[in-house]
Amino acid sequence: MNAAGLRERALEAAARVFDPEIPVLTIGDLGVLRDVRVVGDTVEIDITPTYSGCPAMRVIELDLDTALRAAGIAKFRISTVLSPAWTTDWLSPEGRRKLAEFGIAPPAGQTSRRALFASESVRCPRCGSAETERLAEFGSTACKALYRCRSCAEPFDYFKCH
Amino acid sequence: MSETCDGAVLAAPLFDYTLRLADTALILGHRLSEWIGHAPVLEEELALGNIALDLIGEARALYSYAGAVEGKGRDEDALAYRRDAGGFRNLLLVEQPNGDFAATIVRQFLFSAFAQPFWRRLAASRDATLAAIAAKSEKEAAYHLRHAGEWLIRLGDGTEESHRRAQTALDELWPYTGELFERDAVEDALIAAGITVDPETLRPEWQKTVAAVLSEATLAAPERAWMQSGGRSGRHSEHLGHLLATMQFLQRAYPGATW
Repeated sequence: MNAAGLRERALEAAARVFDPEIPVLTIGDLGVLRDVRVVGDTVEIDITPTYSGCPAMRVIELDLDTALRAAGIAKFRISTVLSPAWTTDWLSPEGRRKLAEFGIAPPAGQTSRRALFASESVRCPRCGSAETERLAEFGSTACKALYRCRSCAEPFDYFKCH
Repeated sequence: MSETCDGAVLAAPLFDYTLRLADTALILGHRLSEWIGHAPVLEEELALGNIALDLIGEARALYSYAGAVEGKGRDEDALAYRRDAGGFRNLLLVEQPNGDFAATIVRQFLFSAFAQPFWRRLAASRDATLAAIAAKSEKEAAYHLRHAGEWLIRLGDGTEESHRRAQTALDELWPYTGELFERDAVEDALIAAGITVDPETLRPEWQKTVAAVLSEATLAAPERAWMQSGGRSGRHSEHLGHLLATMQFLQRAYPGATW
């Protein structure tokens, strides 16, 4: 197989790997998959963590390993890169849509440095109401905060702007 | 390896410096993890656990880099688990016991108010690896600062009891803030090379953040001038040895254990 074909096959396999914590998103949707290259006969894949201590990275690496082997790719190297730092701006439009459908409010707007106590306006992913309140800055994973909708009274996760 | 690291000349201070940052992140991360199962409410359990995870993640990246700079084959585990208290270079502030919830919050606030502007400046380091770690850590520190700041206001401006506890914690931890701005030959070498910044230049922003939050929290910064020192050169309080005894137990009892 030529390099372009090999890259395409690797990319296809990598794009099918889902985030273990948010199982509706692929690592491509999330922007965690940064690069797929072919160097000589080896596939090189770069991934980047959402948060420094994200425990999902190890699982993602193992899942990538499995997916590449299943696609018949034997020679590959998976590296974790930190730069440029991951940002929620890399979430694909498709990823945002899937998040909301799953019941997680996607990040509100673009990232920027906020004032110390600036608050974000977050819409309820269930009923669409803007009448929501933050219950806790940190939710079930490092990348989420816990909110509650004042209109439908449902609690929900918010994927933090980062 | 650092692109701007001029061989052996800068390798020694770069290793020492990276180790200080790594040790501070790990020890504070470990301290916060001690709250797991003991936090006052479930949301705080998650928050403190998440902040611990960020800090331990930062520590891992820093240790890996320190090991590479040193070039003696020590990895993150060797540096975290197989050095004794005298080898640790963390700030004394972060090894202080959790105390009550107010003490944990005050410690986190005083540290994060420094860490956020520090990482922001370090993101412009001429050392590509430190810059990458800093850019990531700054975003996380912003959340840590907001979390601790909000709590400090709630505690200080809360009940008589929560105010008293927050003020006591502030009085007790304040003498450990001088170390945040210390500078020695290690910094001198790296500042000259554009790898890090003079910590003194971060003092105005730290003071501004601290003053704003303390004022809203109706708390007063102690006027004492005496500051504790020593963590950055391996002179620690007795608390660190106890922390390490727990944290390093497994690797001491079963060296090289993996699972």
